[in-house]
Amino acid sequence: GVKDGRWTVLQLVEALGFCLENTDPRMRGRGIQLLSQVLLQCYSLLQEKEVLHLVLFYESRLQDNHLVIPSVLQGLRALSMCEVLSPGLAVSVLKAIFQEVHVQSLLQLDRHTVYSIITNFMSTREEELKGLGANFTFGFIQVMDGEKDPRNLLVAFQIVRDLIAKDYALGPFVEELFEVTSCYFPVDFTPPPNDPHGIQREDLILSLRAVLASTTQFAEFLLPLLIEKLDSELQSAKLDSLQTLTACCAIYGQKELQEFLPSLWSSLRREVFQTASEKIETECLAALHALSACLSRSVLSSDSEDLLDSFLSSILEDCRHHLCEPDMKLVWPSAKLLQAAAGASLRTYHRITHSVLPLLLEQYTKHTQSSQRRTILEMLLGFLELQQKWGHVEEDESTLLSLQAPVCSVVFSALLDPSVQLQLVGIKALNVLGSLQGFLSSSDLEQVVDHLIRLALHEEDSQSSEAAMEAAGSLAPIYPKVFSGHMVPRLEEELQSEREESYHSRHSLQQRCLQALAAVSTHTSIVKETVPILLQHLQKVQKGTEARNTQDVISVCQSLHRVALQCQQDAEGCWYFHQTVVPCLLAMAVQAAMPESTHTLPGKALLEEEVLAAMIPVISAATTHLSPELAAQSVSHVVPLFLDGDVSFLPQNSFPCSFQPFGDGECLEAQRRLVALLMAFVCSLPRNVAIPQQEWLLRELLALSCSCNCPFTATTAAKCFAGLVNKHPAGQQLDEILQLAVNRMEPSLAEGPRRTQALTLLLWVTKALVLRYHPLSSCLTDKLLGLLGDTELGPATADGFSLLMAESPDVLHKGCHADVRIMFRQRFFTDNVPKLVQGFHGAGPDVKANYLKGLSHVLNHLPKPVLVTELPTLLSLLLEALSCSDRVVQLSTLSCLHPLLLEAPQIMSLHVDTLVTKFLNLTSSPTMAVRIAALRCAHALTSLPTTVLLPYKGRVIRALAKPLDDKKRLVRKEAVAARGEWFLLGSPGR
Amino acid sequence: VSPQVNDAESTVSVEFTPTIPHCSMATLIGLSIKVKLLRSLPERFKLDVHITPGTHASEHAVNKQLADKERVAAALENSHLLEVVNQCLSARS
Repeated sequence: GVKDGRWTVLQLVEALGFCLENTDPRMRGRGIQLLSQVLLQCYSLLQEKEVLHLVLFYESRLQDNHLVIPSVLQGLRALSMCEVLSPGLAVSVLKAIFQEVHVQSLLQLDRHTVYSIITNFMSTREEELKGLGANFTFGFIQVMDGEKDPRNLLVAFQIVRDLIAKDYALGPFVEELFEVTSCYFPVDFTPPPNDPHGIQREDLILSLRAVLASTTQFAEFLLPLLIEKLDSELQSAKLDSLQTLTACCAIYGQKELQEFLPSLWSSLRREVFQTASEKIETECLAALHALSACLSRSVLSSDSEDLLDSFLSSILEDCRHHLCEPDMKLVWPSAKLLQAAAGASLRTYHRITHSVLPLLLEQYTKHTQSSQRRTILEMLLGFLELQQKWGHVEEDESTLLSLQAPVCSVVFSALLDPSVQLQLVGIKALNVLGSLQGFLSSSDLEQVVDHLIRLALHEEDSQSSEAAMEAAGSLAPIYPKVFSGHMVPRLEEELQSEREESYHSRHSLQQRCLQALAAVSTHTSIVKETVPILLQHLQKVQKGTEARNTQDVISVCQSLHRVALQCQQDAEGCWYFHQTVVPCLLAMAVQAAMPESTHTLPGKALLEEEVLAAMIPVISAATTHLSPELAAQSVSHVVPLFLDGDVSFLPQNSFPCSFQPFGDGECLEAQRRLVALLMAFVCSLPRNVAIPQQEWLLRELLALSCSCNCPFTATTAAKCFAGLVNKHPAGQQLDEILQLAVNRMEPSLAEGPRRTQALTLLLWVTKALVLRYHPLSSCLTDKLLGLLGDTELGPATADGFSLLMAESPDVLHKGCHADVRIMFRQRFFTDNVPKLVQGFHGAGPDVKANYLKGLSHVLNHLPKPVLVTELPTLLSLLLEALSCSDRVVQLSTLSCLHPLLLEAPQIMSLHVDTLVTKFLNLTSSPTMAVRIAALRCAHALTSLPTTVLLPYKGRVIRALAKPLDDKKRLVRKEAVAARGEWFLLGSPGR
Repeated sequence: VSPQVNDAESTVSVEFTPTIPHCSMATLIGLSIKVKLLRSLPERFKLDVHITPGTHASEHAVNKQLADKERVAAALENSHLLEVVNQCLSARS
């Protein structure tokens, strides 16, 4: 009634009068409870006057019997949320609470109420409370003193944080306030199991840390406490102290730290030198970093001594000598400490490197073993990397610049060392040196380039040579002139040299050259030089007559592909690459496909399936990142080439014969294969680029895919068709072309010589539509499901399911702008798996395997979390699939079961008998992959409940003895792991 | 630890060096190596686990214990000892 305004609160109080004045405290309690409940519901409607009276009433009730107090507090909480509370009342309420109520003797819920009253007042009546001065702080300290419940603590910590953050007067109570909060440090709390409140240890730690690290006033009490905890034995206490120290450094200055620096440093040093725990080490280093940063930040007053300087001196004093000791025991901890301090600010960096770098350089020359040199160089590298943080080298102060010559000579000597590990570190160092602007002089740079060329081309170890190429790639954009002036010509020369060496070494040198040319093409100006070299080489190789030609052409294509990927992000480079490479490749291919040249052997290399497959990614990568305008310009050349035979835009376009890939005729077989290049181009275009004469093109592709006898051409045409259909805007045109496709497919699927081609087309079109959630996709999938029962096409269809679900490398993926909806796999799964299962049960024995295979392909490509939730329903089917003799089915079933064993052991343990038998049988499969998978599953079985497994222990151990002697090493390895785990089952000490 | 494997003759010989000549763990280490090999190798192999000559005070006694099939089997019947060995061989640390 009060809510709707029909009753006033006054009337309610009068009505309750009897209750409220009752002598029985229980009755009074109930009366007040009712009143408080009402107030909680409608505190926003109260008048100022009513509030005043209610507050006075409640305050007087605080002295009442303890049974009444909880309800009184509830009422006060309601009133504390009133906006019309007149000034002064908040203070008086709090005073009354602080005076009359012994908060810690109340129940958890009532204590919580008190905290919320305080929080409410703090958020609305800040000014009034501040008028209370330090008394408020003291009152609160008394309230929270001795609090134990984590829920209340979180609120209380928040209040303390606000007290400090909003600048309430702490007065003489700083130490008390610190005591009352720091007594919880370090937090030791394990949430009870099934805790409904969900408070984690981490929450308490963070909220306490926020309190402790919130003010510099706590410093004198907190730092000794932190040092004490850091010296304790408990790992968690150490971690917590270190993290708190790091947090404190954000606000502390040198005044707070001064007194404690020596003991802080000695504790940190001890931890880093002695600890076995990586985590503590990391935190120590972070704390040291924060300390140094904090010290460097504080402004120096002229009279005080420079704390930072003395702090760093003590660090240097303690760490330096470890760097020189011959046994190099504490080298790494020392280096890490020094680096942590050096990384804090530019000043610390100069101070430390000034002393350490010369020392390291001297040590490098002193030690002769390459492993020791490597350690020293790695430390040096750590310091150099820190320099990167400060950007360019400042000329006046930098110690590094004065050491330029010795540093370079050390790094170069590492590059000449026979040890691969040392070389690798040297290359890394070179990378860092190069990225420091102005560090390397031009003569040094030439040396760098020479070293990189030598390592990239002539170093026997592939790791070093790859690293050198990477380094060249990352340095090239910084010094494009040096690389294009020195490295590229040298590589070109090496590539073309016909020295009289053994064929093999020349071949591998050429390979290295091609890779290096690609690796170094990371800057547009370099790309413009390397691409012509690569294309020229391609021309040369494809004309050659040697048998290795195919391989050579493919390597050139791979290099071109790498260049294409590297210049995708850069619009100018990308357009240059596209304009240069695509016409050139097309021209070479068209030339090779001319009828005359097919008689002679050379030229054929370009038409091999593998070569065309290697050219596809080059064209595709050169196309995907084009801007729509440029792409449109390019498409207006390429499509007419294929449809009309318009060769005018190709370089060297005088061909003896016309180019008609879609024409009829025996001799055009070679030209038809080039549809692969068309596919690479048109399927990679951005979706908003219109393709001229698209309908015509689609019809031609459709015809080609259904009528061509060559499987490669037919498949490519089908893929191209699918790629275009996927991007085609929805509407009548699309429906018409799809209808046409279905009409062509259906008769050839039913019977005739070209059933396989029709199936391929069906698969690709289905994929294109499934990806974009086209309504026709379900109809096509049903057709595929029907074909699983076909004795002739069934197995191929089953394999096709993997094609549907997997990411295809050249078309219909995100990278080439295809329309791929998220979760299309899940959707396909929910739509079609029930049908697959049904089909399996209804199928004849000879085609049952097809359904299982299709199912396992679908499951295999499903994300694992989805799989685990969905699988239990399919479990019986999967178990049946294990007995299937097809090894593809076996393999994919095993890989489905593996995560399930680990993540749903309860369900799996129901079938333990079947599982053990099947897995053990499969460990003697003739296929290695199946044996490995079966052993992995047998291993995973051990995560089932031990009681379920124990009956099988002896049997499994005996059976696993056989694969221990397998002839394949990988199988033996899995067998050892699995058998060892089974031995441990149920025995003590597991 | 240095192993020598002869696949044709089906023998495996492992030599291990204790940290110090008085290392009290030498027997346990040897036993753990032996048990791990027993579990991981096909049955056809004959195992020989012994201490690198001259690196342990009671080298001979330990070698004898490790070579004695009966004693190794008996050791593994002892559930306390088995527990310690299993702890050594358990993948979880």
